[in-house]
Amino acid sequence: MSGSAATVSKEDVERVAELANLELGADETMRMQRDLNAILGYVNQLRQIDTSQVEPMAQVSDLFAGAEANGHGESLRADAVSASLERATVMASAPETDGAFFKTPKVIER
Amino acid sequence: MREEHEDGSAKLTINPPETSGQLLEKPRSIRALRTAIREGNESATAVAEGYFARIERYNPLLNAYLSLTRDQALEQAAAIDALAGKGDPLPPLGGVPVGVKDVLAMRGAPATAGSRILEGYRPPYDATAVARLRKAGAVLLGKLNCDEFAMGSSNENSAYGPVRNPVDTERVPGGSSGGSAAAVAANLAVVTLGTDTGGSIRQPASFCGVVGVLPTYGRVSRYGLIAFASSLDRVGPFAASVEDAAQVLCVLAGHDSLDATSATQPVDDYATATERDVKGMRIGIPEEYFGEGLDPEVRAAVETGIDALRAQGCEIRRIHLKHTQYAIPVYYLVATAEASANLARFDGVRFGHRSKSATNLSSMYRLSREEGFGAEVKRRILLGTYALSAGYYDAYYRKAQQVRRILAEEFMAAFGEVDAIVAPTAPTAAFRLGEKSEDPLAMYLADIYTVTASLAGICGLSVPCGATAAGLPVGLQVLGPHFGESAIFRVAAGVERAMNGVDA
Repeated sequence: MSGSAATVSKEDVERVAELANLELGADETMRMQRDLNAILGYVNQLRQIDTSQVEPMAQVSDLFAGAEANGHGESLRADAVSASLERATVMASAPETDGAFFKTPKVIER
Repeated sequence: MREEHEDGSAKLTINPPETSGQLLEKPRSIRALRTAIREGNESATAVAEGYFARIERYNPLLNAYLSLTRDQALEQAAAIDALAGKGDPLPPLGGVPVGVKDVLAMRGAPATAGSRILEGYRPPYDATAVARLRKAGAVLLGKLNCDEFAMGSSNENSAYGPVRNPVDTERVPGGSSGGSAAAVAANLAVVTLGTDTGGSIRQPASFCGVVGVLPTYGRVSRYGLIAFASSLDRVGPFAASVEDAAQVLCVLAGHDSLDATSATQPVDDYATATERDVKGMRIGIPEEYFGEGLDPEVRAAVETGIDALRAQGCEIRRIHLKHTQYAIPVYYLVATAEASANLARFDGVRFGHRSKSATNLSSMYRLSREEGFGAEVKRRILLGTYALSAGYYDAYYRKAQQVRRILAEEFMAAFGEVDAIVAPTAPTAAFRLGEKSEDPLAMYLADIYTVTASLAGICGLSVPCGATAAGLPVGLQVLGPHFGESAIFRVAAGVERAMNGVDA
């Protein structure tokens, strides 16, 4: 199915919702199917452009090379230990915690 | 509205809508305010109290602020008053009342990002942009409403209700930084912080008649900004004048080791740039930004601005940016793909909303997200996940990244010929509440003149340039090359002088 002008089916919406960890109601699935088809229909005009010789651009710094890319924010910091937030400060925002760990419902059932 | 106290408690303040008096009011300049405080003619504390009084009066109508930080604001004001009392020089924003878009972390305040999923979350740290405001002596009034996770062009996607445009309260303020734009237009802050991913600073600035700046990607640190699309997100100021906006950007700009994409380029003196005349500047006018879909009144206003620049000695050149029509499709693929990855972190485990109906880990993820996210956020997560999914990646995401490069290089080639580009900020003036909220594609097209600069990483701003017959503000957009902020401030100041009737 690579590159075909796809129409989004109800099953596609359900599959993508599952991938994205979203729960959708029946109404919502229908509406999203309609909206995704409208948006992707509009997006399909990109097929008019020949991009066979064009490198993808993921970051603004991809427009520049070498030292210039560094100036545009592609420098990595030293891999050194530094102070971070206290555990208690972080845990204060947690929905459920025992003070040391985040607690969640059961991960493995049976 | 919730009023925040140091102990974290909140008290609801409900006031009857108040429509009399001056809802629309221009803030005093930073320069005038600092001078008054330094010379002891006014205290920073009294200024801050005055702003809280205006907020109490007008915010129930506008819904611009989601939370107030009165206690810390008054402490900051008192510290400035102490400096002034000793006759010490004030820091660059000493005593200036500032509001912060609720997608930026600010110590002592909630950060909802306009979403239910972050209701009650209080980040324990400052975003770098906020820390810089603090260090510069600003008085932080509170957090400003916005579209959920900055996704929207009207502020109607906020889980906490829409913001109203102070120019006409039946109209939207634009989005996603609608609260930030409305707050400056109604003088509920002297300056505010917003964020812009596809036009979220420039378009609301245009709709509310204020100045809004999109700095070059990497110019202002994104640390502490709740991420929407990391390769596009920027933090920038709103202000009532070009000079004030330039002064705030001087404070915000500069390298930050906490953001790996932060640029090391030196920061220019943008405020001085606003004082230079525009004589001899080469201004490009892209034909593609004046075509079908542009409201005739908006076109007329922008052309008045262009004529003013010509009269001030600019060389006006017609140029072409011929791939412009592809920018919206590219933007909505790139931005949603990045959003689907960024918003995966909202899972109910470490902070924010956790569903009470969950029975196991998997249902906790799904139900927390279902209950916490609004329709537009879900729509974008689904679109982005689809564009990244096996079988569609090359046709959608990779294709969009390739066309993104074409769009960026087209701008870079244009900036070989001209110093700045001038165009409308948005195809229309502010539209009515509810007018586009049922049609996502129509809403996306409101960003048609702003998204290309976002994709290219270049800088831009919107400056007020007249109004429609109905009195709705029109914004003129000035775009400049990477790190060309001085040039766009210079051009914007020229437009502003003409609009204010000052001879150039």
